[in-house]
Amino acid sequence: MTAPTAAPATSGQLATFRLDGDLYGVEVEHVQEVLRSQQLTRVPLAPTAVAGLINLRGQVVTAIELRERLGRPPRPEGTDAVVIVVRLHGEAVSLLVDSIADVVDVDASDFEAPPDTLEGQARDLIRGAYKLHGQLLLALDVQKAVSA
Amino acid sequence: MDGLDDIVEEFLVESHENLDQLDADLVALEKEPDSRERLSSIFRTIHTIKGTSGFLAFNRLEEVTHVGENMLSRLRDGELELTPHRTSVLLQMVDTVRSLLTTIEASGGEGGVDVSAVVANISAAMENGDGPATEAPAAEAAPAAKAPAAKKAPAAKKAPAKRTTRAKAAPAPVVEETIEEPVAELPVDLPVEPAPPAVVAEENPVSEPAVADHPEGEAAHPDAAGGQARRAVADSTIRVDVDLLDELMLLVGELVLTRNQIVQYVGRSTDTDLVRASQRLNLIASELQEGVMKTRMQPIDHIWSKLPRVVRDLGLQLKKSIRLEMEGRETELDKTLLEAVKDPLTHLVRNSVDHGIEAPEDRKKLGKPAEGVLTLRARHESGQVVVEVADDGAGIDPVKLGAKAVQRGLLTQEALGRMSPADILQLIFLPGFSTAAAVTNVSGRGVGMDVVKTNIESIGGTIEVESDPGVGTVCRLRIPLTLAIVPALTVECANDRYAIPQISLQELVSLDAEKAANAVEEVGGAQVYRLRGELLPLVRLTDVLGLTSERHDGHVVIAVLRSEGRRFGLVVDRVINTEEIVVKAVGGQLKAIGLYSGATVLGDGTVALILDVQALARRALRTESVDRQESRASVSEAAAAETERQRMLLAAIGGGRRVAIPLDTVTRLEQVKTETVEKVGNREVVQYRGAILPIVRLDRHLGAYGETDQEVLEVIVYSDHGRSVAIVVEEILDIVDGEAAVRSDIDDMGLLGSAVLGDKVTELLDVRAAILAADPAFYSHPTTTPAGVPDSLLEV
Repeated sequence: MTAPTAAPATSGQLATFRLDGDLYGVEVEHVQEVLRSQQLTRVPLAPTAVAGLINLRGQVVTAIELRERLGRPPRPEGTDAVVIVVRLHGEAVSLLVDSIADVVDVDASDFEAPPDTLEGQARDLIRGAYKLHGQLLLALDVQKAVSA
Repeated sequence: MDGLDDIVEEFLVESHENLDQLDADLVALEKEPDSRERLSSIFRTIHTIKGTSGFLAFNRLEEVTHVGENMLSRLRDGELELTPHRTSVLLQMVDTVRSLLTTIEASGGEGGVDVSAVVANISAAMENGDGPATEAPAAEAAPAAKAPAAKKAPAAKKAPAKRTTRAKAAPAPVVEETIEEPVAELPVDLPVEPAPPAVVAEENPVSEPAVADHPEGEAAHPDAAGGQARRAVADSTIRVDVDLLDELMLLVGELVLTRNQIVQYVGRSTDTDLVRASQRLNLIASELQEGVMKTRMQPIDHIWSKLPRVVRDLGLQLKKSIRLEMEGRETELDKTLLEAVKDPLTHLVRNSVDHGIEAPEDRKKLGKPAEGVLTLRARHESGQVVVEVADDGAGIDPVKLGAKAVQRGLLTQEALGRMSPADILQLIFLPGFSTAAAVTNVSGRGVGMDVVKTNIESIGGTIEVESDPGVGTVCRLRIPLTLAIVPALTVECANDRYAIPQISLQELVSLDAEKAANAVEEVGGAQVYRLRGELLPLVRLTDVLGLTSERHDGHVVIAVLRSEGRRFGLVVDRVINTEEIVVKAVGGQLKAIGLYSGATVLGDGTVALILDVQALARRALRTESVDRQESRASVSEAAAAETERQRMLLAAIGGGRRVAIPLDTVTRLEQVKTETVEKVGNREVVQYRGAILPIVRLDRHLGAYGETDQEVLEVIVYSDHGRSVAIVVEEILDIVDGEAAVRSDIDDMGLLGSAVLGDKVTELLDVRAAILAADPAFYSHPTTTPAGVPDSLLEV
């Protein structure tokens, strides 16, 4: 596994997903699997970003609501989240996103640091943007995203 | 084998393993004679065997290994060069050691195995590395012939082990082949170095017993067969990597979960075959779980065995004479848990020796025997292991302890004033607390009990301390049997399910709306429930978790939990089930909340959080502790006044007299046929549940004269510490609350006084006197309750 935070501008493959209209990406090597919406067990008194616990084939995995984490409005009623299970330091954590998109090859030369106007929680979690054809792909810092 | 004691058996198992390794090492060493690492490893192995054999008084074994060790140490230090001949001699030594071990295993002694030839060979080889042709064959012939003779059972077992190593040097021979091929071919396959005859001989001593070169081979054969019939010590146990066991445990855990799911689904099915299959699955899974758990179980003696030494050394150092007693040393618990309790237990023992037991002269002054007694007790109790460290020392004085706590600024004088002695005792678990007047290097540095407590709690256990000033102290650890699978109660709260480990659960109380309205009372704003007279502070799970209860019908379900020696009632919406749950770790974010000890997957696949009862108690009771302590104090006052607030059993004893007996002291109510009453001396007894029950007739005891010709006697049975007495009354009338009673102090023999209960004057029975009348020895039991009314009888 490579440490994503060490080198902000990396080439490689990102698994991309949509969240509140934007396209985000996480290093494909961190992604263990993608699941349809799962039954969540809420955890009282947990940080708001912790959406609950998921039963992943007998393993208990914490689910992080990425919308909450990025300071976005809650997912509209009636739409199900997609669960991305990522594995960090041997521990599985899952991220709740709107929908999953393609795996994209990115090039370091397209990378740019986050714009200065980006504020708040999101600034810590977004390493920068890859300028893809027609749109921006925001590179998510998975480590920080899951340490809610 | 039966005659071998554990140490020898362990030695044999270990040595056999080491020898197999040694064979491999020696052969590999031939290929790389310069490998210091390998030589050191071989040296260590032989050294270990030598050391142990010396200790166990196996002199010949020691002799052989001693010369071998000498040679190895010189080889290791580079003084000698490893030649093929020396390797052969070393292999011979290994064989001799092996045959010695076999003999020891079979007969318990070294038997007739002759070692002088090998010893001579090794000594010779130390001087002469090449093993000149003139001497070597002669020297080697003797052990060669001897080796198979003494080899017996393990030869067959060892051969494959040897084979794998040999195979590297000479790829051809494999076990099966050797058996089929004529023996003459073997030397051809062997390495080109001067192959020691001993090696050839052992290639197939069992499969070819009639080889002419080995006249003793025949004699060895019957032994070999016998050896194979019974399992050799080394074969009856295997060493397994703990990781593998952990993995198995994990899988079994998953299986249990799946089993739970299947059983739940099948419960709704009507297909009898399916139901039957699921029942079998249920059974097998349970047995498998038990079996796998057993593989990880070790007797507590493993950690206790080190303690006599600790106690002895400490005792000497502190000039105290202490006798260590152990009860229940065979009690088993999970290996990981065993490791985890080792240090806390040692600490408790050191503490008892250092602070608990007084110096001999002080003990004599107090009229105690000079020798202090430290007792370790372990037992299984409702799915837990209870370990007690008890001493008969000075005990802990709550007054001193409280003063110290105030002095250290750990709590205020006012707070102390509100605490009961039992609560004050728990102060010793506060960080930075030590009451030792002088800091010794044994303990008393202010670290200790709080660490012990933290360690015990980290494995899901609890610790409590009880002390009787002047009499002694008992530290009691409650430890779960295993960490992986725990029995738990599942409850529902605000539509979510939570699991509560059974270890903290004492009982469940369910109150319907009508009862709840009366039974749940308030003390200074905090809710309490009167559980058999004692006020139980109530904690609503919904309040703790910041949720809203889904239960609106007024029913109250209380789980009575115990944490750190205190009880409290957790109010939940409803109780779902008890089930075995597999504890799963939760991520760091959830651990930080400090309310959940983990999570689990329930039978239907949903995730449930496991409540950390200790943390819950700390969080919820902090604000209520003042009230709780007040209420506790009032309860103990009530207990001191004996009959106040107590439930009373009303009984008629004839002549219109009524007697009230505290309900606490009643174990059972029975009816006994008059004709079954027998006489022993001038006492009346009755056979009851296989024991002889002494009888006291209350009418005669109190000087009333009731009807004596009843056919059936109404009997109140009172039991304590395995002794029982029967109190005969004329009729059992009622159970009343003794609270509102008006009391007068008209005293009479056998009575405590009288009161108005249910509009009639009722005499309050002196239970102690009544019992003594029936069984004068009743209270002379060493651990009897001091007062006449044992208040612990109906406690849970």
